[in-house]
Amino acid sequence: MEKISEHFNMIYPGVKVAVQGGGSSAGIQATFTKTCDIGMSSRNLKPEEKQLKEFLIALDGIAVIVNRLNPVRNLTPDQIRMIFMGEISNWRVLGGPDKKIYPVTREEGSGTRGAFEDMVMHKQAISDACLVQDSNGAVREIVANSPDAIGFISAGLIDERVRAVALDSELPTYENIVAGRYLIVRPFLLLTRDEPSGPIREFINYVLSIDGQTILRKVGLIPALDIKNER
Amino acid sequence: MKDKFAERLLLFIAFSAILSLLLITFFIFQQGIPLIFKVGLKNFLSFHWAPTQGQFGILSMVMGSLMVTLGALCVGIPLGLSCAIFLAEFSSKPVQSILKPVIELLAGIPSVVYGFIGIVVLVPLIRNLFGGSGFSVLGAGIILGIMILPTIVSISYDSIKSVPAAYRDGSFALGATRWQTILMVVLPSARSGIIAGIILGMGRAIGETMAVIMISGNALRVPHSLLDSVRTITSTIALELSYSTGDHRAALFACGSVLFIIIVILNFIAIRITRRD
Repeated sequence: MEKISEHFNMIYPGVKVAVQGGGSSAGIQATFTKTCDIGMSSRNLKPEEKQLKEFLIALDGIAVIVNRLNPVRNLTPDQIRMIFMGEISNWRVLGGPDKKIYPVTREEGSGTRGAFEDMVMHKQAISDACLVQDSNGAVREIVANSPDAIGFISAGLIDERVRAVALDSELPTYENIVAGRYLIVRPFLLLTRDEPSGPIREFINYVLSIDGQTILRKVGLIPALDIKNER
Repeated sequence: MKDKFAERLLLFIAFSAILSLLLITFFIFQQGIPLIFKVGLKNFLSFHWAPTQGQFGILSMVMGSLMVTLGALCVGIPLGLSCAIFLAEFSSKPVQSILKPVIELLAGIPSVVYGFIGIVVLVPLIRNLFGGSGFSVLGAGIILGIMILPTIVSISYDSIKSVPAAYRDGSFALGATRWQTILMVVLPSARSGIIAGIILGMGRAIGETMAVIMISGNALRVPHSLLDSVRTITSTIALELSYSTGDHRAALFACGSVLFIIIVILNFIAIRITRRD
């Protein structure tokens, strides 16, 4: 978002955009209280938050990754949930070697963790025996170096050192996410309290324009533009 | 006139250091303590930490910090003390002039480098030798033990060196061997300095963050074995601060307050022990 703001500022030098982090709930809250003009969220709005105006700007698949040596290629959402609950703790059950599973999760408060909890854990708590890391990169690093680890990261950040497992036989590829076949996908939303106008409208339009969407694509997200074209 | 001015200036600078300490203390407590009253001591002193769901139990982290620190002491005390004894009693001047700066240099290595060495060397080593994920109390203890070496060595060394030569001469005159002299005369007289060094090292181990985050795996469960992952107070603050809001953020400051109290107590003990003689 910082990058987009910089580009936006080049085109509209009169408008100052200040970007602040803090997580989705903070972004939604700030939009309600009008602390900000545009809020951001990386999770879907809850029913009581639906009165905000929302603009989908991009999608991000959350990939479940394992070490390259791990023979397990496919898991169901239920199996993934049981792994992170600590109910399944050996790879043998899933068709892998007779080794203990080391799940790696993100820290409390992380948006990726929140999205994973919403879409995979379904109100079940992530086990406190899971290893915890505070960035996508750190999770990927552990999974790349530990044969028995499993973790979840943003699909745009998968690299050749780890392997994404298929979810009900669907890999978190660009095509599968755009077509809606891969299921752990979170939206990136811009939020306003009222119908946007003036510079706010201009900013949202810029984010949704080809220029703005290209920037989102560059950071590994799937721009909303692609989804509209596809569906 | 000039002297007076310089004196005032120095006084002001000295006080500004104390002032910033006071401000930091005030800020941490002012941010953290209200939360403890809000959620209640019972919640705060439980083992369940899930701040986004209203669970603020810090005990598993306190346990984690203590276990990792204990591990560091198990590694650091024998190594550090024997190193200090060797340096002070057995080594020749040229050896001393090389070894002492080298050990003190250990203190200058950034903790992220220790963490990196831990991840690249120690974690896979532990995984391959003993099993488990490798991210463990053991790994964190070993790395922290090395990190607190300079503190323990240099303070112990100084206090061993400051034992009057007459004590040693007296001991030799009574027919004691060199080893007996060290064990029964030198070490007991240097005791307070050695203990102070250990306690200061302990403070450093409890406060260490980066290396521990990288090596310990940060699982919230209280470890059952040396090979289990562990979460310390400092790592929780560093891991979660960036996205935290509201009560979660306040809870992290409350963690900071607890850490602050622990470290103040440790330093207080260290000062008391050194003052006694």
